[in-house]
Amino acid sequence: MKTEAEVTTFVDGVLHYFTTTVQQVAECGTPYLALNRSPEVSDYTGMIRISGKREGVVLFTAPKSMLCVMLMRMQETDMSHDNLCDLVGEIANTLSGNARRDFGHQFKISVPSVVHGREATVEYPANTRPIVIPIEWRTYRARLVVCLN
Amino acid sequence: MAVTSRKNPQHEPYPHRLMIVDDSNVIRRRIERVHDLLGIEFVGAARNGREALELHAKVQPTIVTMDLTMPEMDGTECVARLVERDPNIRILVISALADKLTAIDAIEKGASGFLCKPFTDRQLNEALRKLIEQ
Repeated sequence: MKTEAEVTTFVDGVLHYFTTTVQQVAECGTPYLALNRSPEVSDYTGMIRISGKREGVVLFTAPKSMLCVMLMRMQETDMSHDNLCDLVGEIANTLSGNARRDFGHQFKISVPSVVHGREATVEYPANTRPIVIPIEWRTYRARLVVCLN
Repeated sequence: MAVTSRKNPQHEPYPHRLMIVDDSNVIRRRIERVHDLLGIEFVGAARNGREALELHAKVQPTIVTMDLTMPEMDGTECVARLVERDPNIRILVISALADKLTAIDAIEKGASGFLCKPFTDRQLNEALRKLIEQ
């Protein structure tokens, strides 16, 4: 499977999450290659690691304000740290499910993990450049980062 | 693990008792909110398969929503154990694992239905309605 198709799987997964869960359309901005090897992460980040035929990491990172409004759209009143972690974890879980469905068993996909804070560091595979896809919803901007060797 | 029971205003017993099993608090609360529309009594929530088995013994649910990827005991094993205890229990698996093999495996273990995450409230409502009409 080519990288473009792989990236499409993840982008479609995130956009579908917005359509179904917050019942509003999110838009995909222009993707770009990260100039430095580690794109900045936002307040909350959900990620999966991929091994097997390809190796790498896929993450969804979003500001707290965006996640709070998403929770409100889901009629959730509790904007606690735990619930914000839960939400990005669920988005990463969706990415994991889509990857399993589309990539088959040649890829091993980890259980989603969540990191908090803009200082968090993410380990990317050597000799790769992460592809960053802006995800725009209302006035907010999140990022989907796909980095596969 | 949370045991709770929300009765209807007329104090008439509901015919269906719902237990929610999911490690995500956000998902558990979403499912709790939707069940109100269907006249189902919510009897408790568990965060993994092990907790679900303990809770099942206490609250005796008739229907269950079950995540698959959870710590300690995953949903597939928990489905098999619940059906072993109560062959009449109806279990709706709700999972982001969207491939057909996962759904078939869950059904073979005894689940009554499968709903992919992410889902709309309407899809959840429909899936629960089908479950109670079976």
